[in-house]
Amino acid sequence: MIPASFEYHRPRSVQEALALLATHGDGARVVAGGHSLVPMMKLRMARPDHLVDLQELAELRQIRSETGYLVIGAMTTQHELIGSELLAAKCPILRETSLLIADPQVRYCGTLGGNVANGDPGNDMPAVMMVLAASYRIAGAGGERQVAARDFYRGTFATALQEGEILTEIRIPVLAAGHGYAYEKQKRKVGDYATAAAAVVLSRTGGKCTAASVALTNVADTPLFAADAGAALVGTALDAKAIAQAVRLAQKIARPSPDGRGPADFRTHVAGVMVRRAIERAAGRAA
Amino acid sequence: MTVDTETAQARTQKLEGLGTKRKRVEDARFTQGKGNYVDDIKLPGMLFGDFVRSPYGHARIKSINKDAALKVPGVKAVLTAADLKPLKLHYMPTLAGDVQAVLADEKVLFQGQEVAFVVAEDRYSAADAVDLVEVEYQELPALVDPTKAMAPGAPELRDDLKGKTSGAHGPRKHHNHIFTWETGDAAATDKALKSAQVVAKEYIVYQRVHPCPLETCGCVASMDKINGHLTVWGTFQAPHAVRTVASLISGIPEHKIRIISPDIGGGFGNKVGVYPGYICSIVASIVTGVPVKWIEDRMENLQATAFARDYHMTGEIAATKDGRITGLRCHVLADHGAFDACADPTKYPAGFFNICTGSYDIPAAHVTVDGVYTNKAPGGVAYRCSFRVTEASYFIERMVDVLARKLNMDPAELRRKNFIRKEQFPYTSALGWEYDSGDYHTALDKALKAVDYPGLRSEQKRNREAFARGETRKLMGIGVSFFTEIVGAGPIKNCDILGLGMFDSCEIRVHPTGSAIARLGTISQGQGHATTFAQILATEIGIPASNITVEEGDTDTAPYGLGTYGSRSTPVAGAATAMAGRKIRAKAQMIAAYLLEVHDDDLEWDIDRFRVKGAPERFKTMAEIAFSAYNKVPPGMEPGLEAVSYYDPPNMTYPFGAYVCVVDVDVDTGITEVRRFYALDDCGTRINPMIIEGQVHGGLTEALAIAMGQEMAYDELGNLKNASLLDFFLPTAVETPAWETDYTTTPSPHHPIGAKGVGESPNVGGVSAFSNAVNDAFAHAGLTHTQMPHDHWRVWKTAERLKLTAAA
Amino acid sequence: MSKMHLKLKVNNRDVETLTEPRTLLIHVLREQLGLTGPHIGCDTSHCGACTVDMNGRSVKSCTVLAAQADGATLLTIEGMASPDGTLHALQESFRTHHGLQCGFCTPGMITRAYRLLQENPNPTEAEIRFGISGNLCRCTGYQNIVKAIRAAADTLASVKEAAE
Repeated sequence: MIPASFEYHRPRSVQEALALLATHGDGARVVAGGHSLVPMMKLRMARPDHLVDLQELAELRQIRSETGYLVIGAMTTQHELIGSELLAAKCPILRETSLLIADPQVRYCGTLGGNVANGDPGNDMPAVMMVLAASYRIAGAGGERQVAARDFYRGTFATALQEGEILTEIRIPVLAAGHGYAYEKQKRKVGDYATAAAAVVLSRTGGKCTAASVALTNVADTPLFAADAGAALVGTALDAKAIAQAVRLAQKIARPSPDGRGPADFRTHVAGVMVRRAIERAAGRAA
Repeated sequence: MTVDTETAQARTQKLEGLGTKRKRVEDARFTQGKGNYVDDIKLPGMLFGDFVRSPYGHARIKSINKDAALKVPGVKAVLTAADLKPLKLHYMPTLAGDVQAVLADEKVLFQGQEVAFVVAEDRYSAADAVDLVEVEYQELPALVDPTKAMAPGAPELRDDLKGKTSGAHGPRKHHNHIFTWETGDAAATDKALKSAQVVAKEYIVYQRVHPCPLETCGCVASMDKINGHLTVWGTFQAPHAVRTVASLISGIPEHKIRIISPDIGGGFGNKVGVYPGYICSIVASIVTGVPVKWIEDRMENLQATAFARDYHMTGEIAATKDGRITGLRCHVLADHGAFDACADPTKYPAGFFNICTGSYDIPAAHVTVDGVYTNKAPGGVAYRCSFRVTEASYFIERMVDVLARKLNMDPAELRRKNFIRKEQFPYTSALGWEYDSGDYHTALDKALKAVDYPGLRSEQKRNREAFARGETRKLMGIGVSFFTEIVGAGPIKNCDILGLGMFDSCEIRVHPTGSAIARLGTISQGQGHATTFAQILATEIGIPASNITVEEGDTDTAPYGLGTYGSRSTPVAGAATAMAGRKIRAKAQMIAAYLLEVHDDDLEWDIDRFRVKGAPERFKTMAEIAFSAYNKVPPGMEPGLEAVSYYDPPNMTYPFGAYVCVVDVDVDTGITEVRRFYALDDCGTRINPMIIEGQVHGGLTEALAIAMGQEMAYDELGNLKNASLLDFFLPTAVETPAWETDYTTTPSPHHPIGAKGVGESPNVGGVSAFSNAVNDAFAHAGLTHTQMPHDHWRVWKTAERLKLTAAA
Repeated sequence: MSKMHLKLKVNNRDVETLTEPRTLLIHVLREQLGLTGPHIGCDTSHCGACTVDMNGRSVKSCTVLAAQADGATLLTIEGMASPDGTLHALQESFRTHHGLQCGFCTPGMITRAYRLLQENPNPTEAEIRFGISGNLCRCTGYQNIVKAIRAAADTLASVKEAAE
């Protein structure tokens, strides 16, 4: 498996990268960690004429706290997410999820930006970003814009990202202290995409759930924000009945395709099991 | 005379002979990245070959246009069937008496089939050119199910066999039929079944899998046009047989062909066959006059070279009410893919499947096997087992469990009741094999005691009650398997490949200073032959293993042998090594007697020397004798100390073992966790316990993969849906449990050192243990059999069918 | 397509080579630099046979383009022993504990284990299994590999203690 030829560019700034994309149009592709794109190139399912490598853009490789937000540069790797003390304290679901992505070698290379921007429904971070109400900062020739994770995904490998644009930052609103969280993923083995997975973030006061978000991975051509499932939990004591209702509502929107992980009915079932387990674990963690 | 102060124990230890946990001599190079695998070979001017392959399962080739490919800089040639036809090389003979297209001739019959061979200066330009070869196809309906392939109106797959009503193994009853193979007593079996108090029937599929060694197949062919010598380095599990085949196909005299197997990165049966890549590389080297390398990528490996299994077995087992088995019948529909390229001894188109009476004393049995063509890759290799033995063992070990359910008996108890008893060995089975030795009751009892089997069954009872009360969603399963293998092919009277008797060989030269080199006809692919064969020899000739070099794999230097597969190295080449060692020792005894001025009969062997009976202080060490062999031999004796043995074993060997597997099945997710796996192996005399343990660990892990997730999944169009290691299940260290190993020792009575072979046992016994455990988890809910692989969704579907699932 | 002038530091040695940007790092190492220790097993970044250490991270060199590696510092199995030839504790330990059979996965496995122990000098069995889950082995069933890595951790700890 050998990739087709291309011209290689390693810009030193986002501006330079954008200029390269503008010059080379649809023949150009951005590469971050490369672990989605390079295998596609080796299979010749992707054949960019120009490869714009973002590895030198230190500005995109940072994790910081801003007023009201956690900001993570797109080039931050999963390995760095796992090691970040700031995230461990403020947004631990990112560590939990990162540890379920691929394998150690891939996590050293794989970036958060690549994971959320590439539009692969098998990627795990998009559902997490949906429950976190994250937004993506996008730079383009015409300036910058922000798109909410919940509005970003359009179809398999189709997102709100347009030709010539680069996703530069992930912005996560600060989570309530004492929130509960969980990412539950069923897979056949380390390195596999999810048969189905669920992300849950919720808060609880005085025994009652005050806020809850649920999202699903790899059970449709995009990640799915299960708004109804989350809403069904709010105001309840997160009792069995409420959880069962949330599970049903989440399963209702799942549209998995049959594949080696199982037929559609099984994957929908597993989505439900993952949602239930994620809610239960998140509830156990909520202060 | 040498003053000797060493104790016998110290001298024995120094030898590192039989039974010691000798560290491997191979490891120094592998741990430093200095292995020499085929893709490491780089020769001056070497070109690189790459295939254009069929994207379709079944299609007619309308045209092939090479023009654009030939324009790619660095491209030297693009070969198609049209180029090979004048050389009569567009088809090659298979090991099973069929032919296989080297490059597709008018039709493609499986996805990934070789259509054109691009030869270029490097692999990058070759890949670019492969992309540019334009092949126009007309798609044809594909057959991926052997039952459908045998339907009256099924499309005819093999144009080249049109009208042929018989093949290498007798009559063909349908245009997609290959052979019928039958053995046993049909009438007696029929009678046993008809008169039985209880008959259990089951349809058991052993799905198509792939050996998938970490290194794919490949070769470097180098034709020296000046002196007419062809050298081929490659991933060959049987280098000598490859030389013979290469000579027969190419017409190059055999003495001008040299085949070298360098280090091999795992074989497991994948590297037994002869593949189009080898032939095309040789042709390309002959045409271009420079060396040509071909290395498969992983997708090609999974799509095109050497699948295993794909046996669809219908079984009936008869018994008395109290559990005495009285008869066994089995019919197999064997999916061989597009060409019959199974690697089996000539007389055994279904391998040794007739070992399927297993470890049990079954008075009547009858087996028929129908081989069928489909639009899948050819192969049918013995993947980490002797020929079709894992299929046979899986069949009988499932059937016994199915019968146990029907009789409402404990499966371990039913096994005990029907075992061939110790005093019955040598035992001739109803299907004609003579089992050499065994003590099955002792082995099973030891295993059951080690795991506290009664305790496990009570725990399971409590688990089922708790499940019924809704306190747990996990079901505990206990799988017992007791396998008997038939390995070490084999006696020439039974076994040949392409007419070559399946003996094996060892040639030993003892050097004047008392070190030695041994060369064998086998080839290690990770088994550690360089370590273990030196141990056999150390004990036989009293030279420390560390002073013995073992060499294999170069047909110019090694004696002829049939190679390494089917656990035959220790039973056959290991025997040859011992026998050659004994020839050395016999000559050494005569030299020692001469030096000590006594009669030969006055000497006795003592670890590393001959000593005078009754006068142990008078001796000659092997090192002393070796030196004398080169300057002071008895009058009339030839100098030197060398021997060669070509060993034709009198019988196969029959390793056996008792395995117990405990699983916990989560009915909500279908995930099966292996809680415990205990493996007791009896491989006869144990050469190196460390290596045996390693072999068992590895074989169990491959069995885990097969039972729990592996399958080559084809869609209706003949597309292989999981041709990458993302989807083809190979477990990582996380999915692999810790293994417990144990042993009993029942030596083979006919093998010179009593060894039986072990590398494949854990795969053979492991698959049924896992599968029995998963089936057992659902036994109380009425399940008798569910097909492998027991991956998440299939297990969940089983639970659903048994009404054990709940809403998420 | 134009070639690029690739600069690398490999096993403590500065090297330069002319290559196409698309050349895979594994091919640069194996075919241009003669470092045939790392192997290609799966082509799709699942098996880890091609693992090398790049800028202090374990990477699968079959999924890294030469161009991406330009300027990198690399360590391969060939650079694991000390300059005086003393083998690394992992190399010794894999032999002592029978942590290899065919040897094909071994260079990647040891190189990966090296980085694992750099980051976690005292791993549990579960941490070792998780830490090498990007490396497939078809021969050993991992059990003796895990044992070998754990034993190497002990050796390295005692060497460190002795030095302190």
